[in-house]
This record gives sequence, structure tokens and C-alpha cells, in this order.
Amino acid sequence: MIATLAFYVFAFILIASAVMVVTSRNPVHSVLYLILAFMNAAALFLIAGAEFLAMILAIVYVGAVAVLFLFVVMMLDIDFAELRAGFQRYLPFGAIIGGILFLELLFVFGSWQFAEDAGSLRLNAMPAATDGVTNTEAIGRILYTDYIFLFQGSGLILLVAMIGAIVLTLREKAPNSRRQNIAVQVARAEAVPLENIPARTGLGTLGIKRRPLPEAEKPKAVAHDDHGHHGGGHH
Amino acid sequence: MTTTVTMAGGTTEMSIGLGHYLTVSAILFVLGILGIFLNRKNVIVILMSIELLLLAVNLNFVAFSAALQDMTGQIFTMFVLTVAAAEAAIGLAILVIYFRNRGSIAVDDVSTLKG
Repeated sequence: MIATLAFYVFAFILIASAVMVVTSRNPVHSVLYLILAFMNAAALFLIAGAEFLAMILAIVYVGAVAVLFLFVVMMLDIDFAELRAGFQRYLPFGAIIGGILFLELLFVFGSWQFAEDAGSLRLNAMPAATDGVTNTEAIGRILYTDYIFLFQGSGLILLVAMIGAIVLTLREKAPNSRRQNIAVQVARAEAVPLENIPARTGLGTLGIKRRPLPEAEKPKAVAHDDHGHHGGGHH
Repeated sequence: MTTTVTMAGGTTEMSIGLGHYLTVSAILFVLGILGIFLNRKNVIVILMSIELLLLAVNLNFVAFSAALQDMTGQIFTMFVLTVAAAEAAIGLAILVIYFRNRGSIAVDDVSTLKG
């Protein structure tokens, strides 16, 4: 009884928020209604007994995808009122298409019947409620054994999507930015001279004060001269 | 729905069957289609409508999985969720670079490739 009531409440809010996603004037409101729709769909998954998928929907969809939408909508500076032009014009057309589609779906699902031996044709039978196997464990037992290649393939899809999104949106830097050019950096020979520089030459330029050793007086004088000479060349 | 197997998962006697879920899912699917037609110029809302369509499909998968007591539908729902997330990421990335290049996201302006 409670489950029935919960189903109707969640289904009503799901459909109402889906209507608001489609017809909302402000896309930010659309995204927020989309989040509400996802949460209610997760509740419907829970009622159907798919607990793991409900949590995935709440975490991945609300936490990642919907927030991604929200970021993009808020980042772009767009006049959304202009984009809504033609809303009224396309309304009858869309309503006709949607009505036809809905009737077709009703015909298909209304005449649906399970086969007589549907129970014995299950590919991966759900463990009985008395087994004490949770929904998550049941999914894991199948997903990591029979569907391991598909699982890794979906991981690959996500990797490609991540790399693709990065490659697409990576902005070319300003012209004076320094990037690595490995070939040029390795091939340069004359720019890396091998010189015999007296010890402690660079200490003065680095600002390191060191008390000179008594016998180091003479090299320091030489180094000072050298430094002045080089410094002119460098700066 | 004349089903010999009933929905499981609840502890109470459930009168919610496969037909209820299919009806909700059909309405959701039609709303997604309608969203694509109504917001023909706004790519962001079109992407959100596609998410609604995929959500309706997932609802169907889960409902049949519960009605048939078969885990395969829930496994497939996970793959659909994966592909939907990847699609949203790529679509929004394309949207961002398109806006950067053109300063607009109107679908009518996307005719650069037309010869």
C-alpha cells in the first residue's frame, strides 16, 4: 500500500518535472528540474528493487552530469529569450508527433504478453529474496564475470570521452607562453657551451653571502672580474 | 499486463505492476521527444531532452528486469548510463567550443560545413 502510494507520488513528480524541463523559460531552471526528475527516477528504481542503479543515478547523474550541465549553462552568456523564438510555432507539430508516438507505445505495450516459458528463459536469474544476496552483490557477480569485457569497454568509452572533452576545450595559449618543443630542445648544441668557470663565480649573483676563506682571496678577485664581464653579456 | 511473474523487491503486497512503469516511461519518452521539437534552437535543452529519453529507456529496462526476475536488464542499464554520461560530456564540450568560436549556440547558425 505504501509502495503503491509512493510510486504514484514519485511518478507524478517525475512527469511534472520532465514537463518543466521541456517548457521552462530559463535553462538554469531546466537543469534544476532535470535534477528533480533524476532523483524521482531513482526513487522509482528503488521501488522496482534496483537499489544499486538508484544510487548510481543519484550519484553519477545528479552529482556529475547535471552539475556539468549547470556549469555550462551558467558559463555561457546567451540571450535565451531569443532562442525560445518559434516555441509556439513548433508546439502543434511536436504535440502531433508526440501524440502519435504515445499512441504507438500504448499499442505496443498494451498488447504485450510474456511467453509461456519466459521464466525458464532468463539469462541471469535474479537471486531469490531468501538467499540474502543484495542487489549490488548480484550485479557484481554478473558484471565482473560474464560481462567483464563489456565493462572494460564502457570504461574505455569513458576514457575516450574524457580525453576528447579535454582535447576539444583545450585553449591555445597566448603567443608569448613557453611550451615544450622536445626536438628543438634536444637538438640544440651551440647554446649549451662547456666552459671552465672558476669556483664560486655565481654565488654573488645568487645573493649568497659567504665569508671568504683566507686563501680564496685571489680567486675571488678573478671571479669578480669575470662576473662583471659576463654580466654585461647576459643582461 | 497478464504476467505470471510479479514485481518483486518490495516487502508489501504490491499492486504496482509492469504496466504502471511502462506508462510512466512512455510519457517520459514522449516528453523528451516533445522537448527536442519545442526547443529546436537551444542545444542545451536538446541535450537535456536526450537525457530524459535515455532515462525513460532505463526505466523500461529496470521494470522488465524486475518483472522477469532477470538481472540482465539492470546490467544493460549500467552500460546505457555510461554511454549517456560520455555523450553528455562530449556534447557539452562541443557546445563550449562552438560558443567560443561563434558567440552563439543557436542550432540555425550551425551551417558552416554547408558548402
